[in-house]
Amino acid sequence: MASSAFAPPSSSLISHKHDFGLSPAKCKRSHSRRIVSVMAPQQTQRTPASTGSVKTAMTLTEKILARASEKPALMPGENVWVNVDILMTHDVCGPGSIGIFKREFGQNAKVWDREKVVIIPDHYIFTADERANRNVDILRDFCKEQDIKYFYDITDLSNFKVNPDYKGVCHVALAQEGHCRPGEVLLGTDSHTCTAGAFGQFATGIGNTDAGFVLGAGKILLKVPPTLRFVLDGEMPDYLLAKDLILQIIGEISVSGATYKAMEFVGSTVEGLNMEERMTLCNMVVEAGGKNGVVPPDSTTYKYLEGKTSLSYEPVYSDQTARFLSEYRFDVSKLEPLVAKPHSPDNRALARECKDVKIDRVYIGSCTGGKTEDFLAAAKVFLASGKKVKVPTFLVPATQKVWMDIYTMEVPGSGGKTCSQIFEEAGCDTPASPSCGACLGGPRDTYARMNEPKVCVSTTNRNFPGRMGHKEGQIYLASPYTAAASALTGYVTDPREFLH
Amino acid sequence: MTVLSCSLDRLFFSTYRPRHHLPSPINYGSNFKIISSQNPLKKNIAFQKSKSTPKKTTKISSSSDSAAISTTKKTFHGLCYVVGDNIDTDQIIPAEYLTLVPSNPHEYEKLGSYALIGLPSSYTARFVEPNNTKTKYSLVIGGDNFGCGSSREHAPVALGAAGAVAVVAESYARIFFRNSVATGEVYPLESEVRICEECKTGDTVTIELGEDKLINHTTGKEYKLKPIGDAGPVIDAGGIFAYARKTGMIPSQAA
Repeated sequence: MASSAFAPPSSSLISHKHDFGLSPAKCKRSHSRRIVSVMAPQQTQRTPASTGSVKTAMTLTEKILARASEKPALMPGENVWVNVDILMTHDVCGPGSIGIFKREFGQNAKVWDREKVVIIPDHYIFTADERANRNVDILRDFCKEQDIKYFYDITDLSNFKVNPDYKGVCHVALAQEGHCRPGEVLLGTDSHTCTAGAFGQFATGIGNTDAGFVLGAGKILLKVPPTLRFVLDGEMPDYLLAKDLILQIIGEISVSGATYKAMEFVGSTVEGLNMEERMTLCNMVVEAGGKNGVVPPDSTTYKYLEGKTSLSYEPVYSDQTARFLSEYRFDVSKLEPLVAKPHSPDNRALARECKDVKIDRVYIGSCTGGKTEDFLAAAKVFLASGKKVKVPTFLVPATQKVWMDIYTMEVPGSGGKTCSQIFEEAGCDTPASPSCGACLGGPRDTYARMNEPKVCVSTTNRNFPGRMGHKEGQIYLASPYTAAASALTGYVTDPREFLH
Repeated sequence: MTVLSCSLDRLFFSTYRPRHHLPSPINYGSNFKIISSQNPLKKNIAFQKSKSTPKKTTKISSSSDSAAISTTKKTFHGLCYVVGDNIDTDQIIPAEYLTLVPSNPHEYEKLGSYALIGLPSSYTARFVEPNNTKTKYSLVIGGDNFGCGSSREHAPVALGAAGAVAVVAESYARIFFRNSVATGEVYPLESEVRICEECKTGDTVTIELGEDKLINHTTGKEYKLKPIGDAGPVIDAGGIFAYARKTGMIPSQAA
């Protein structure tokens, strides 16, 4: 694609424009031109097919689906049969999907491609619940029978470390194991499959029946979503994280604001985010009702993927004249740390305005807020404070790799301490076995499950009634900075109390 | 291995209204015939029906024959259960019950007993009474964004297993809608106005699917529903696989 066209998209191509958190003059300068230039890829040679024909401008999402459905061009609203590159399932929905696959395609049927099905037990692992344990067994039997290449098994529940294949939270494992590649179509039997969109691919959650179908056919019928564009510009303040950005957006458009739509995140701020932060951004797209989220791939993406995948991939990018349903602009430098108050992810409030909310516990974990970067962030706050937490603080690393990082990575500015040391000195609970943990409650004996009505600040993704266990539990969704700050005071706390 | 014709295009998305691309008219009727239906197994005894309605089960099924059904003349009659906006999947079926595998018939029934058990205690009437597996409410009436949250198919399955036949909501979250159609468990119908504010749990309600109408006999009011479109026949047949087999689109079993 020629990178000489630097004019910002003309207003006729965008149905609605919204500007937020800005002083008018600042936001509208040549930043919008810079966005366009960044969309021109710097690295790989791209064939005309991936750039999109000049006649039919398409968004990133449209291009992926066009290629996957072997069509030269697509428009939002079209229903197309799409080739699937990766299908992921886990212990909660896998057995059901497998049951449907066998029922519909035959007891002796084989999956469409044994290398494209990735099976990751992660939800209800460290529990005595017999059905939960049985569900992992069902996965194992199926993987043996089908000779599934990627099955991250766990057999010894008493010690996750002795299970060399076990990873943990599926969305983080997919990324860490190199299954997320730009331009591809990744489906999963989990709503947060949209996380993988951070790699510039189409990734969305599906149910058991759809998954059963994909297992046999390797294709799925999808409607092409229109794209909402979110332009995030401005220097990221050092007290903000991607979680704050996505809470800002969801608070803006509501839990149904992106229903049936794609959410595309661009802008200088987004370019400056590392992969895990981009994953956090895309992770909560489903909380706005979104079908999928995407971040255009760039050198950050390619660097992350080096050594993780041996498969080649071909990134695509939104055409400069692509049509977006709406565009929202944010001056990130003006934003402040946020929480989502009970009981909805769009119940947005400034953290500092909730400082009188007394809390009972803090939970740091999940695909949303349990990655290495998330724990580094929390450690930063504890380090800055030097004090101990005032409430039980649960740490649940998403994967084995994250757990290892917590125990080996040095926290900058700490004089060589690891996250784990900082957490211990702050009085946090010992980091737990990696899994989804209490993010969604789970069986009664799940570590950190909310079995009584408590007030919890959590780095997770949903806070509907009963989400973490007890129906009357009150969950404040927050960034790892905010969660750590809140742990230190025993109240919902703006991290600037410690980070400035 | 499957070859599904383009006519299935509109299956899941009859309620979607794209803003800058009007869908081409549905060319449904001439291409396929529903020549048989599965045995009607309407589980809710309190539910009256004007004609036999096919209702899927998750048992191992082969296409068994029964009366041919017309998809346009379906009537549902029963008590309604009213909920509000943003009823998410954790309220429909809390995560602790997700160890139950829906494709396992025994666990399917158990799932039904937990349908809507996650609703807060402000809902004084339980959807399914304790120690029961079936509900006396065959229709659920909701507000905006019904079924938001997780992609868990257990959500529409639990409602269907409990004996609900349809949900009438102002709008749906997309995965829930899609799962409802794919499983054929409940009809995800859409209302034009906020019916949830005008109906009460326990009202007697009739839905005339062919006329896109909901009648609340207790209040005497009638409401227009949005047409279910192509999703209707899929649910009638018992879900996407059953529909595809019935219409000759895929063989009943692959090698």
